[in-house]
Amino acid sequence: MTMFEKIRTYPLTWIVVVALVLAFALTMASPYFLTSGNINNLLKQVSIVAILAAGQSMVIITGGIDLSVGSVLALSAVTIGWLIQADVHPLIATFCGLAMGTLCGFINGFIITRGRIAPFIVTLGMLGIARGMALVITGGVSYQILEPLFLTIGNSKFLGLPIPIYFVIVTYFVIHIVMHYRVFGQHIYAIGGEERVARLQGIKVDREKLKVYTISGFLAALAAVVMVGRLAATPPSVAQGIELQAIAAVIIGGISFTGGRGLVLTALVGALIMAMITNGLNILGISSFWQQVLIGVVIIAAVWLDNLKSAARQ
Amino acid sequence: MNQPVPLVEMRNISKHFGGLQALTDACLDLYPGEVVGVLGHNGAGKSTLMKILAGAQTASSGEILINGDVADIQDPNDARAYGIETIYQELALCGNLDAPSNLFMGRELHKWGFLRKREMRREAAEALSKLNIRIKSLETDVEMMSGGQRQSISISRAVHFDAKIIIMDEPTAALGMEESKKVVDLIQDLKEHGIGILWISHDIHDVYNFTDRIVIFHGGKNVMTARTKDFTQDEIVSMIISGTPVKKEAAV
Ligand SMILES: Nc1ncnc2c1ncn2[C@@H]1O[C@H](COP(=O)(O)OP(=O)(O)OP(=O)(O)O)[C@@H](O)[C@H]1O
Ligand SMILES: [Mg+2]
Repeated sequence: MTMFEKIRTYPLTWIVVVALVLAFALTMASPYFLTSGNINNLLKQVSIVAILAAGQSMVIITGGIDLSVGSVLALSAVTIGWLIQADVHPLIATFCGLAMGTLCGFINGFIITRGRIAPFIVTLGMLGIARGMALVITGGVSYQILEPLFLTIGNSKFLGLPIPIYFVIVTYFVIHIVMHYRVFGQHIYAIGGEERVARLQGIKVDREKLKVYTISGFLAALAAVVMVGRLAATPPSVAQGIELQAIAAVIIGGISFTGGRGLVLTALVGALIMAMITNGLNILGISSFWQQVLIGVVIIAAVWLDNLKSAARQ
Repeated sequence: MNQPVPLVEMRNISKHFGGLQALTDACLDLYPGEVVGVLGHNGAGKSTLMKILAGAQTASSGEILINGDVADIQDPNDARAYGIETIYQELALCGNLDAPSNLFMGRELHKWGFLRKREMRREAAEALSKLNIRIKSLETDVEMMSGGQRQSISISRAVHFDAKIIIMDEPTAALGMEESKKVVDLIQDLKEHGIGILWISHDIHDVYNFTDRIVIFHGGKNVMTARTKDFTQDEIVSMIISGTPVKKEAAV
């Protein structure tokens, strides 16, 4: 393969081009778009969905789906809030919040692999369970979080960039390494490609899937930490429906919904594109009703394009 | 006479899928450096018996001995640990991955869990070139390859990892003449290295010329186990079809 061919067929190339064209168009449409204030705002907006989308990509590449991430995020956030209002040290509270999300992910994976139940159904169940638990723990109230740790995460900058962006960068860096340089990642692609074959070749399919759902739960909890920082509060109703945004980011990124194919980094660009659409239309004063319409169109168009690409492959 | 210990001995293997009895007291043995042809009509239970040996399925009853000791084969990893490699009838490759990834699937070369991609690529190129497989680029996903190219990758995978026992479930079915010839040569070569081969094929001509013994199944039951040359091709075909052994003085 020539260098040009490599670049042309690399999954990240086209999605980045689309993102750049969109950014350029928005800059032309409004001089406000490219101001540092707006870009910072955009990056903060994108961070939570982007972190969730990283976990969601791994799950989707195995051929599964995780509908529970929004609820798990809420349960983790509420755990942190509840412990902090009970005077627990914020670091310990954060640790417990992360543990809670990880546990939820583990339970998802455990039931999917042991019970042989479709991921859609198990994580739909968890969507209800985790949200319900968040409401039960708090009785529906939101705790205010004024701990410096969380105020820093939510409002400070480091080297000119908002702190949540560093969460995103580290997340994608680690997941990219895992997916493309580790045996585990290789197994994830094999499982998504043909699970039966992976099993016949001695891959411990259930164990690898369990790990993937656990990681998705952990990342939901990590997103919760960012969320608590940004809101300075832990409303149990937070992040409803955000799982659909994470899934949309993955799809727009071009990761195959049937599994086995795609690059996790494209989900980050997918999340950015969605955030740019929302942000751009806000700047242009177009109603949020239209934003939903447009994002819907983009999702379908992305998959259509993907189908055309795979048709060309065959 | 001092009989060597068989590499594999499958004793009274039965297998049912719900109400369907696929195998009834099936027996089979294999000695080092021997090619045994496993024959039978479609649905006779050949693949099922091979899958049980490969750990892809478990028997309902019966036992397997490897080198004379009872072997506990619950999954493909157990079988591999006994040096059993399998070329499955239905292709066992992931279409979304390239040839090296498929070749090393489940036993990737790594250091601390980090893939040694370059080494795997080099070894894969070597393994494939042994079979004279023409593949444009090692980076191509195997779903874009022809049936024969894919089959060749399966075969390379089976022979690459120092197998003692190789199961070939219709390995040449998707191959052209030249490639089939390569596989037959390969079988001879493996045989000389003391590897035992179980070869399922419907090509009676190949079976007759290149196997030492045959085991014939009919409806999941043994019909005949014999030295290949004790029968004529016609007699073998007739046993496969009728399921009743041809009477012969010389039969073992
Ligand atoms: N997973 C399964 N579930 C249910 N029945 C099965 C399964 N696998 C095989 N069978 C049945 O078991 C019987 C034996 O099948 P098997 O695949 O072993 O035949 P075979 O001898 O390999 O035939 P062929 O020459 O067509 O490959 C058939 O009747 C088949 O329908
Ligand atoms: Mg068969």
